[in-house]
Amino acid sequence: MQSSLPENLIKIENNLKSLTRTRSIYSFLSIAALIAVIYSGLIVAETGNATSIWVGLPKFFDYPVDLFVGSWEYGYRWNLLLLEYLPDLISTINMALFSTAMGTLLAFFLSIFSSRNLIKSKTTVLIFRRIMDICRSFPELVIALVLLYLLGKSALPAVIAIIIHTAGALGKLFSEAIENVDKNPIEGLESCGASWFTRIRFGVVTQALPLFLTYTILRFEINIRASTILGFVGAGGIGEQLYTNIQWKYEADTIAIMFLLVSTIIALDYLSSYWRKSLIGLKS
Amino acid sequence: MNRSEIIKNYSDIVVTKFSSKMWSTFLVLGIIVYLIIAILSLDILQIHKKWSPERASLFALDTYAHKDHVTMKWSEPDDIIISFEGSRWSQYVGPYQKSDGLPERYPEWTSIGPEGETKISFKNGGFANLYDDKVTIENWPDTKETLVFRLDAQGKPYVENVDNLPKWIRVTENKIEVRPSLYERVQVYSKKVEVHRYNLGWNYFWFDFDSPLEPYGIWNAISLSFSGDRVDPNISNFSLLIQEFLNNDMWHHGQILWALLETIFMALLGTLLAALLGFPLAFFAAYNVTPFKFVRTILRRLFDTLRGIDFLIWSLIFLRAFGPGPFTGIFAIAITDTGTLGKLMSEAIENTEEKQQEGVESTGANKTLQHRFGIIPQILPIFISQTLYYLESNTRGAVIIGAMGAGGIGLQLLGAINTGTSWENVMYMSLLILGVVIFMDTMSAKVRRALIGDETLGAELQLAKMAKK
Repeated sequence: MQSSLPENLIKIENNLKSLTRTRSIYSFLSIAALIAVIYSGLIVAETGNATSIWVGLPKFFDYPVDLFVGSWEYGYRWNLLLLEYLPDLISTINMALFSTAMGTLLAFFLSIFSSRNLIKSKTTVLIFRRIMDICRSFPELVIALVLLYLLGKSALPAVIAIIIHTAGALGKLFSEAIENVDKNPIEGLESCGASWFTRIRFGVVTQALPLFLTYTILRFEINIRASTILGFVGAGGIGEQLYTNIQWKYEADTIAIMFLLVSTIIALDYLSSYWRKSLIGLKS
Repeated sequence: MNRSEIIKNYSDIVVTKFSSKMWSTFLVLGIIVYLIIAILSLDILQIHKKWSPERASLFALDTYAHKDHVTMKWSEPDDIIISFEGSRWSQYVGPYQKSDGLPERYPEWTSIGPEGETKISFKNGGFANLYDDKVTIENWPDTKETLVFRLDAQGKPYVENVDNLPKWIRVTENKIEVRPSLYERVQVYSKKVEVHRYNLGWNYFWFDFDSPLEPYGIWNAISLSFSGDRVDPNISNFSLLIQEFLNNDMWHHGQILWALLETIFMALLGTLLAALLGFPLAFFAAYNVTPFKFVRTILRRLFDTLRGIDFLIWSLIFLRAFGPGPFTGIFAIAITDTGTLGKLMSEAIENTEEKQQEGVESTGANKTLQHRFGIIPQILPIFISQTLYYLESNTRGAVIIGAMGAGGIGLQLLGAINTGTSWENVMYMSLLILGVVIFMDTMSAKVRRALIGDETLGAELQLAKMAKK
C-alpha cells in the first residue's frame, strides 16, 4: 500500500517514524535515569538512616497519636495554653515583619543597581548580581548559626540572617520585574528632562510596584516560617518554645504551639492570596 | 492660575478630601511607629555592645588561616611542644628531640640558637627566643631593643626593660600578651609560655598530619599514583591517595562529602516523590477533569493542610518515626511539596486551553486520551519548571531539615559551629553548600529557560493565573 502513496508522503511517513523512535528512546532513557536516581537515593538514605524505612513506616502515626493523647489527658484547660504562647508567636511575627521590611528596602536598592535598563555600566550590574546571588544562596540557618555564636542568643542574629537572605532573594525578583517594565514611560520622562531619580520614581516604581508588593507578601509568609526555624537554634520566639516543649515531652504544649503556628501560616496563606488577587486586579 | 483656582476649576479630578489625604499620612506614621517599636523590642540598638570586633576578627582569621602552637612550661624548659593548632595528635618533633631517634620533622621556622635557646622566626622578621629562664623578643617592628620577659620571685611574669614598651604589649598581673598583629602572638603566663604563629591557607587539607602522603603534597601524590614505587607496600598508591584523602582526620572529607550527598538526595528524592504524587492528584482536583465536587473539595483542603503544616513540623513527626537520617528529610519535603505542587498544578490544569482537548475529542478519543493529548502537553512545561524551581529551594530546605536532626551536611555544620574552634571546617562546609545551591540554581534556571522561554514570564504567568482563581 505504501508504494501507491506519492513520494513526498512516504518521506513524511518515514520522518515521522524516525522522530517517534528518537522520542521513545529519549523517554526510555529519562525513565531509566529517574529509576536509577530513585534507587541509588534509596540506598544512600537506607544506609544513612538510623531506622530502616520498613521499621519506621508503621510507626508513622505514633508521634501524632502520642501528642493527641497527651493533650487529651491535659483536659479542658488546653485552650489557655494557646493564650500562654501567643506572646511568643507575636515576637516571631515581629521578627519576620521587621526583617521583611528591612530586607525589602535593601532588595529595592540592590535591584536598581542590578537592572540593565537603569544602569549603563555592565560591571556594576554584574557585581550587584553576584552579591545578590551569594546573599540568596546561603541558607538563613548558616548565617544565623554563625552570628548566634558571635552575638549570643537573641533575636538579632536571626533578624540579620533573614534580612540578608531576603535582600538577595527579593532583589533578584525585583530586578527582573524592573527589567520587564514598559520602556515608553521612562523615555517620555527622559524627553522632558527628568533626572535619573525622577525617572525611577515615576517611570519604574509606578509600573513595578504591584509586582514588588506581591513578591514582598510572599516573602513575608516564607520569613515567618524561617524565623520559627531560627527559633529552634536559639533566636527565641515560638520556635524556641516548640523546641523546649518537644524536648521535655510536654504534649499539650507542643500541640498548642503547633496549632498556633499552622493556623497562622494558613491564615497568612489565604490573606496573601487575597492581597495578591486584589493587587494584580488593580494592575490589569 | 494659583492653587485655589485649580482646586475650584477642576474640583472633579483634584482630591481635596481630608480623609483620603490623611489615610496615607497615617500609613506612613504607622510604619514609622512600628519600626521604632520593632527596633526597641528586637534590641537592635544593643548590637554594638554584643559585637566585639576582636572576637569576630579572630573567628574570621580562623576560617582562612591556620596556626602553630609552641608551648614551654617553666618547670620543664627542655620539653618544648610544637603542635599544629595546639592539638595533642599533631605534634611536630622539634630539633631538641633529635637524639630520640624519631624521624626528623620540625618546622623550618624553628631553630636552635647559640646558647641552646629555641628560636621561633615570624613573618614580620622578628624572633621569639625561649630560654630556660626567660623569653626574649628581638628585632620586632617598632622596637629596636630586645625585650626580656622573666618570672619574679612570686612566679609572676614581668618585663625587664619597662621603658618605652610598644602599645601591642599588654601587661597584666598574671599574664603578658604580645600581639602586634593578628598573625603573631606570644603569651607569657606564670606556668607556661605559649607562642602562636599564624599562616594563611588551609593546611593539611588534602592529607592529614600523620598521613604517609603528607610530605609529598597533592600534586606529587597524584603523579605518584600513576607511576613510581609504592609508598605503602600493602596498597597501591592510587587507593592510598583516595583512602588518605577521605579519611583525613582534620577535614573529614569522606564524612562531609557523604553528608553532602545525603542532603542532595534528600532534596532530589523529596522533590521527585512530591512530583510523582502531586501530578496525578492535581488532575483529580481540577474541575475540568473531575466532575465530582466532593472529591475536588477534599483534595483542595488536603493540599492546603499539607502545605500549611510547615515542613519543620512534618520533619519533627517523621523524626520520631524514622529517627535521624535522610528518610525524615525526604518525607518532610515530599509531603509539604505534594501540597504545593498539587495546588499549583491543579490551577494550571484548570487554566489550560479547551480547544486542544476538543480537537482530540473530535477524533473520537476517549476521556483518558483527551487528557493525555489535550491537557498534559499544555501543562508539562509549567510542571517541569515548577518542579525544578522547588528542587532548588528544597536543596536549601534540606540543609535546614538536616540541622533540625535529619542529618546530612546541616547537622555536620551545626556540630562544627558548636565546637567553636573549627571555623575553617565551617567555612569549608559553607562553601560546599554555596556551591551546590548555586549549581542547582543555574541548572534549573537553564532548563526552565529552555522549556518556557523567559523565566520571569513564567513567574508572572503563574501569579496572573493564581489571581484569576
